[in-house]
Amino acid sequence: MSKTRFATVWMDGCSGCHMSFLDMDERILQIAPLIDLVYSPLVDAKVFPENVDVVLIEGAVSSEEDLEKILKVRTRSKFLIALGDCAVTSNVPGMRNQFTVEEVETRAYIENAGYNQHIPHEVIPALLPKSRPVHEFVNVDLFVPGCPPPADAIFHVLSELLAGRVPDATEVSKLTRFGK
Amino acid sequence: MAVTTLKIDGKEVSANEDETILDVAFQAGIKIPTLCHIEGLTDIGACRMCIVEVAGSNKLQPACTTKVKDGMEITTQTARLKKYRKMVLEMLFSERNHVCAVCVSNGNCDLQTLAVEHDLTHVRMPYLYPKTEIDASHEWFALDQNRCVLCQRCVRVCDEIEGAHVWDVSGRGVQSRVITGLNEPWADSDTCTSCGKCVQVCPTGALSNKGKATGEMTKHREFLPYLAQRRHDHK
Ligand code: SF4
Ligand code: SF4
Ligand code: SF4
Ligand code: FES
Repeated sequence: MSKTRFATVWMDGCSGCHMSFLDMDERILQIAPLIDLVYSPLVDAKVFPENVDVVLIEGAVSSEEDLEKILKVRTRSKFLIALGDCAVTSNVPGMRNQFTVEEVETRAYIENAGYNQHIPHEVIPALLPKSRPVHEFVNVDLFVPGCPPPADAIFHVLSELLAGRVPDATEVSKLTRFGK
Repeated sequence: MAVTTLKIDGKEVSANEDETILDVAFQAGIKIPTLCHIEGLTDIGACRMCIVEVAGSNKLQPACTTKVKDGMEITTQTARLKKYRKMVLEMLFSERNHVCAVCVSNGNCDLQTLAVEHDLTHVRMPYLYPKTEIDASHEWFALDQNRCVLCQRCVRVCDEIEGAHVWDVSGRGVQSRVITGLNEPWADSDTCTSCGKCVQVCPTGALSNKGKATGEMTKHREFLPYLAQRRHDHK
């Protein structure tokens, strides 16, 4: 049987969802033989490949880079999962949404900087006006809320998918929720 | 009091004519989801979570404010009701800034519990991200408009039970906000007795005790049916 081409993407999140993924501990050994990890912050690949079967997205869409990335990821993936509250609701990254980008940048780079106060315009991707959930930009096939979603929820979802079944919201709701 | 008989989810029940569908369903052990309703305060039908279907009418009726009638046939769980209840929840989430992960009520919140009960794993309406205020002027309590669902439990408990009537609602539609006094800082209210009843009945993290960190705010509502009964007996 061919392995599932599996990827994980890290956008505007704290990496806690990826940590929770690793928290599956020894259960990762049950999953590992069934997948080919083709792209992830956990491996070296620099370019998101074509023909990905399942992708986990951590983080909200907050910058121009995130937006470019999620549009590309969507066209190259069959089953896209919004993993965690930042991807699902914008969560903590979205707390800046009550302010303008200019206010946020002034606060971060000028008022709170002790040295070399200036707003960077190179290297750091430009912020979008608001940090928003993934499904406001692309179609999402499954939502797994939680901050971070517990390892049990991630394991359930992945084992279902690898067994050829689509996990449903009722089952997901038994294992996780907003803020879990 | 005239006694009537009716059917809820196919079950024959008898009731007094002045009772609501919600009261009668509760006594029959049938659970209807609610948010603005709380035992001990006058129902106002603000949230629409408790909508039910009544045979012969295409209109959905709020169970908490609709009185029973003889021969009524009521259904409390259908795909249509579930769909609309879910939409109500989604609108509540999208209208304010609910960041459960850093909320004092995380894990002890009626809105969160309803979301789980309705398999709500995401919100389909675009989030509005309104600019909202926090009033932390009161010595002991804080009001965080980011988390308010406009259930008006605070308004009612302060008026009906404490007798202070500190709270009101100003504005219309999505611009509605609960206010203290004549829209002045809570600390400046001359009528607030600092009894804390509003904080305890608030279903979300909108009203909390100061000094609570994420998930630390739990509410205690045991006092309410007791005090409501005492008030009733004195009338
Ligand atoms: S009030 Fe409830 S739903 Fe809103 S952020 Fe707090 S815990 Fe979440
Ligand atoms: S503390 Fe008591 S008196 Fe003050 S606003 Fe709340 S319910 Fe009213
Ligand atoms: S402050 Fe709390 S009790 Fe008052 S209307 Fe808002 S959610 Fe309801
Ligand atoms: S509980 Fe009936 S309308 Fe809110």
